[in-house]
Amino acid sequence: MTAATGDTASASSAPPPILQLRGVDKLFGEFPAVDRISLDIREGEFFTIVGPSGSGKTTMVRMLVGMDKPTNGDILLRGERINDVPANKRPTCMVFQSLALFPHRSVGQNIEFPLKIRGVKAASRKERALELMAQLRLPESYYGKGVSQCSGGERQRVALARALAFDPEILFFDEPLSALDYKLRKILEKELKDIHRETGKTFVYITHSLEEAMVMSDRIGVMNKGRFVQIGTPNEIYGNPSTRFVSEFMGEVNILEVGPGPDGTVIDQATGASYHAPPIADSFAGGSLVIRPEDIRFLDDTASPAANKLEGVVYNEYLLGSRVQYQVRVGDAQVFLVEKLREQQLASARGGRVTIAWDAKDSTIFPTARFAS
Amino acid sequence: MTDASVRISHVAAGHSRVSRAEPWQVRLGTALSKPGFLAALPVGILLLAGFVGPLALVFLFAFMPPQTFSVLQAPTLANFRTIFSDSYYLSFLASLQLAASTVAILLVICYPLAIAMVRVFTRKAGILALVLAAPLFVADNLRLMGWMLFLVKGGVVSGTMQTYLGIPVDSMLYTFSATLFGLVYINLPMMLFPMILGVSMVPAQMREAAFDLGASRWQVMKEVDIPLAMPGIMIGALITFILAAGAITEAKVLGGTAVVMIAQDIQKEFTFAQNWPKGSALSMLMIVLAGSLALAMFKRVDLDAIFGRKG
Repeated sequence: MTAATGDTASASSAPPPILQLRGVDKLFGEFPAVDRISLDIREGEFFTIVGPSGSGKTTMVRMLVGMDKPTNGDILLRGERINDVPANKRPTCMVFQSLALFPHRSVGQNIEFPLKIRGVKAASRKERALELMAQLRLPESYYGKGVSQCSGGERQRVALARALAFDPEILFFDEPLSALDYKLRKILEKELKDIHRETGKTFVYITHSLEEAMVMSDRIGVMNKGRFVQIGTPNEIYGNPSTRFVSEFMGEVNILEVGPGPDGTVIDQATGASYHAPPIADSFAGGSLVIRPEDIRFLDDTASPAANKLEGVVYNEYLLGSRVQYQVRVGDAQVFLVEKLREQQLASARGGRVTIAWDAKDSTIFPTARFAS
Repeated sequence: MTDASVRISHVAAGHSRVSRAEPWQVRLGTALSKPGFLAALPVGILLLAGFVGPLALVFLFAFMPPQTFSVLQAPTLANFRTIFSDSYYLSFLASLQLAASTVAILLVICYPLAIAMVRVFTRKAGILALVLAAPLFVADNLRLMGWMLFLVKGGVVSGTMQTYLGIPVDSMLYTFSATLFGLVYINLPMMLFPMILGVSMVPAQMREAAFDLGASRWQVMKEVDIPLAMPGIMIGALITFILAAGAITEAKVLGGTAVVMIAQDIQKEFTFAQNWPKGSALSMLMIVLAGSLALAMFKRVDLDAIFGRKG
């Protein structure tokens, strides 16, 4: 619901939709894997569907490429209903999670496959394959190589080249990078975004990693239990998560169960402490207060003014590459996560008494009713 | 699985290179202590005694003077000369023709069946496999005798046609077709089961990817399904070819005198004619013929390339 409003608000300046879903359902027995989804994917955008496993994202993309049919609803490509058009007749194609490269064919033959199917002559096939290999930084000598001799990253590039050889109007990706190590994944994410710019095609990418989605996408749709909980640009999703689910999905956050307090404050239901929070409705009866670890700071001077202040003890310290995360115990029951840049690392932190603070504007309130369903 | 075993054999090779300088007793000791060697020992002994030994005997006998019973004589090519001057090529041709036809028919029958068992009857495939394998529990001869009752003049088939439909049918027994039918019937499981294995090795996503890239059902079959199932198909074809080429009962029971397969000639030389050297020479020719055909077939289809081990 929130998703739909956010979508229409920014739609006026956006390019026309290439792919539209109208109330699309996919039922497995009684279970709705995809539950009444309506969505517009715009021409030329990099749209990422992100959600935990079982959220219905793979089921959805299988319907979009034509491998499965929706139980209810319509899928429109440039305004034309394509529910019953099989995958091989659709101008779309997909890079599989397993890549599904043909092991009995060479790199060149794999890339040429869609052209061979269309009856393109061998010479022009090879020309196009070499062109794509150059674009994707695959050495020309790989043309005759077996795909099993290629490394993980090279195989990704071969799969992408094969999909581009098909020259689809929309290119789908089903978590193709999930099997790679972190460093290579980061490189390929950027390459993919570059390829998206170079080709100008519409990319629809599926992943369970919001981090990955943030790097590449123009817009992100966060899925949970067969529905979109939020659709928006990476900045919108990061800065203004619509539900507790989205903010939790984005990474580790501090969540406090709170009830209404006097003068627009909220009362921590675990400790009875009172916090300043962003403006809340009069009808607010309770919910979650979410504060990101990087929005909490350590106060050097415990007397300095701050909206919300708590005293605690640093229980543990974790190094996360360029950042440092602290686990701060407040009282007996509460644990706060605080994240700092490495240069702001505390000296001999563990066991030290600290004062943590955050501003009301950096916290978000999600009333219980909004995500109870 | 194969990759692992390859790696293991590399490791083993490395070991033997290191221990080459050691005395042979030590080397024998290390060889014996390897689990691979010990595990291969029983089948090695069996093959040596049951396969290599007799084969060597047959090989030697093939070069002995006709109608003798000792391998300790001066070698001669007399048997081969008699064979080539006679009309034995007819039995060779009959055997090869029947074997090739059997393989061709079985390929066409079994492929759809294998596809159905792997992809359509996934849950009931076990029952179906049992039903298809059940005839294997009854001896070939008995089953063929059963078909005799079906095909003979006045038997089940011609009797039914005559009585109920009024169509006179002559005996279908003792023909080339009856023999071919028998070979196809008997060898069906030998083709089907390796083929099922081959077909089930094709990942579903591979087919979906080809389909998604625009291939029609036929193109998916030609470009992905068959090439990737090829190891199973080839093994099935090879087994049925060898079995059919060396078949004897089918030709005897259902073919009568209409078909003389090479195995019948060989059997005759060893039993009735008591001419072991000539029988051995015929056997050697058959082995060479069938062996070279099989080799040629496997050369055309590179198993390593199919398995993606080489490019």
